[in-house]
Amino acid sequence: MTPTLQLFLIISAALFSVGLLAALSRRHAIFVLIGIEMMLAAANLNFVAFWRFGPQPQPPTGVMVAIFAIAIAAAEAAVGLALIIAVYRHYRTTNIDQLDRLKG
Amino acid sequence: MTPWIVAYLGLVPVVPLFASLLILSFFGSQRRAAAALAIGGQVIALGLAVLAFAQTLGVPGFRAVQNFTWFTFGENSVRLGFVLDPLTAAMLVMITFVALWIFVFSVGYMAEDKNFTRFFAYLSFFTAAMLGVVIANSLLLLFVCWELVGLASYLLIGFWIERPSAAAAAKKAFITTRIGDIGFFLGLLWFYGSSGTTLFYDNGAGGLEAGALAAIGASSTLIALLIFCGAVGKSGQFPLHVWLPDAMEGPTPVSALIHAATMVAAGVFLVARVYPLFSFGAVDGVTPSLTVVVWTGVITALMASLIAVAQSDIKRILAYSTVSQLGLMMVSLGVGGVAAGIMHLIAHGFFKALLFLGAGSVIHGSHHEQDIRRMGGLRSLMPLTFLTYAIGMLALSGVPLFFSGAWTKEEILHATAHWPASHVPHYLMMAGVVLTALYMTRQMIYVFFGSRRSSEHAHESPRVMTIPLIVLAVCTIALGIILTPGWPWLHGYLTGEPAQLDLARIVQPMLFVSLVLVAAGIGLGWLMYRNVTERDPLAEKQPGLFGFLEGKMWLDELYEHTIVAGSRFAASLSDWMDRHFWGGIARSVGGIGDLFGSLTKGFDERGINASADGASLGARGFGRVISIFHSGQVQLYLAAIAVSMLALLLLFAWLA
Repeated sequence: MTPTLQLFLIISAALFSVGLLAALSRRHAIFVLIGIEMMLAAANLNFVAFWRFGPQPQPPTGVMVAIFAIAIAAAEAAVGLALIIAVYRHYRTTNIDQLDRLKG
Repeated sequence: MTPWIVAYLGLVPVVPLFASLLILSFFGSQRRAAAALAIGGQVIALGLAVLAFAQTLGVPGFRAVQNFTWFTFGENSVRLGFVLDPLTAAMLVMITFVALWIFVFSVGYMAEDKNFTRFFAYLSFFTAAMLGVVIANSLLLLFVCWELVGLASYLLIGFWIERPSAAAAAKKAFITTRIGDIGFFLGLLWFYGSSGTTLFYDNGAGGLEAGALAAIGASSTLIALLIFCGAVGKSGQFPLHVWLPDAMEGPTPVSALIHAATMVAAGVFLVARVYPLFSFGAVDGVTPSLTVVVWTGVITALMASLIAVAQSDIKRILAYSTVSQLGLMMVSLGVGGVAAGIMHLIAHGFFKALLFLGAGSVIHGSHHEQDIRRMGGLRSLMPLTFLTYAIGMLALSGVPLFFSGAWTKEEILHATAHWPASHVPHYLMMAGVVLTALYMTRQMIYVFFGSRRSSEHAHESPRVMTIPLIVLAVCTIALGIILTPGWPWLHGYLTGEPAQLDLARIVQPMLFVSLVLVAAGIGLGWLMYRNVTERDPLAEKQPGLFGFLEGKMWLDELYEHTIVAGSRFAASLSDWMDRHFWGGIARSVGGIGDLFGSLTKGFDERGINASADGASLGARGFGRVISIFHSGQVQLYLAAIAVSMLALLLLFAWLA
């Protein structure tokens, strides 16, 4: 079975859906973060797939963009974890059902 | 190269001014220190004045100026300055010297006054202002100092402010002189407008020098007359002389200062200072403005000496005598005898100060009695005062040979005789000389001769008061020698011509004329008042005439019923207009405003306010509704985003 763009897009959509499900359903903040990371990974997979099956697949460009996005995702994950630690220290919980201070 | 004394001429008035400020700020309760400061300031000013005088002696017609710019607006600048010439120098010495002895006299006269220090502060301020008038080289600076003199006179005449009459006299002096000053100020503006400078002398560019005079041209007559209005007010000339006798309400040293050395001299000095303006375009020494000066002087001199004959207050007699002598000086200036007028001013400064201080001594010695009808016989009780007063009286009457007033009067008579326009002033001035001798004899007899008409005990004044009298009396006689026409150096000094010793000039026809006139006056006085009683002999024989003169020719009453009543009527008319006419207009405008205000108030409340309230109520309700969706559950938000994204995707898919 030869890899095609559709295959990668389906895998990426599946990955995105799993991540979205995790972000929407889990109560623990770290799982939510993991879900968000999975959605980002799905977006990166899309980048690389569109590059690979695009009209002129020059070797470094698409991969470089993906690597940059991963680096940014890493930084974002660090910020997210730091936020979660700060929230935990303040509220003694990471259950985001209880964190409803944004309520208007 | 201006001599240093010219550069520092401003110090002459500044020193007494500084003394005055020091007394007012720091020595309000230290009597000795205050008097010492004031007298010290005068001594320094006198020293500087003598230095300035010495500077002018060497060169005939010496004149040096020190000018500076006060401020600049646009291309014009207002410049002030000081001038040192014989006129200034002679006046400086006279003022500082006479004022110094008046200060010393005041130490004794005011010894029991509770406001002793304030008195000395005001005295110093007064002399400072007057010295400023004398040294000013700018009509504006002169005007400023002139007004300061007015202010100082107001403070001093009303010094015993708790007396209503003193307060009224101070107000009268201030307001009456202000009437003249309006003219002066208009003249000042016109002068500046047409000559472009306020300076008198500025090395050829000053307002009194040929170039500027040519630019002023024919309007010089009107400018001179406007400036003369100021002189009329300050020097107590008819018709603005009424303040001067009332100014006697002030303490006697103040009367001496005002009537001898300072304030009244300012008017004569002013005319002498701007004399080129008066004499510009003269035909044979006569100009319209000078003619006005002459006739004003003649009327004043005669009227005042007539009134003086019927007065009974020792100081009022001297006040009217001052008015008449000032008229005489004005006549002299008007007929062209500037030097004679100024010499009489200087001589008068000495002997009138002497007379006033003598009167002060008499008043002090007889327990503040001022009515000459209740004096008499003071000759033996107050010998020193009597002697010095007699010297002053002889000088004022113009007894020839030994007394200063005689020579200067003679010179004035001489000048009037040569006035080409009319000989009437000459003869009227001769009558004035007789009258002067008459009223002074009357006063002498009433005060010092005869028997004592009061039971009050009288005593000679303390030494601090008699020494100034002696000094001034000596000066009066010394001036009589200095002023002798045999060696007219002061005349030459003032006019800038060299003087020659010529003893033959002492004996002139005019000498005999004045001798006869004075003898007639004194003789007439002796005959009339020899057996003096409390009733005036003139009042017995001519009650109508006496009443007319005693009532000061009813000029005060005339002014009271015309000018004062007119102003009162105008004031009450304006008051009525204000209350009913203008007030009504203002009230109706206010009513319109009120109406408009209540209209806009209704609009505000029902229109703008209500709609704003409604809008905010609506916003609140809407906010309450949408705040339901704001649960704070992050996952709900995320779900909303995901569902919306999905919906958008489906929409795009359906559209594509």
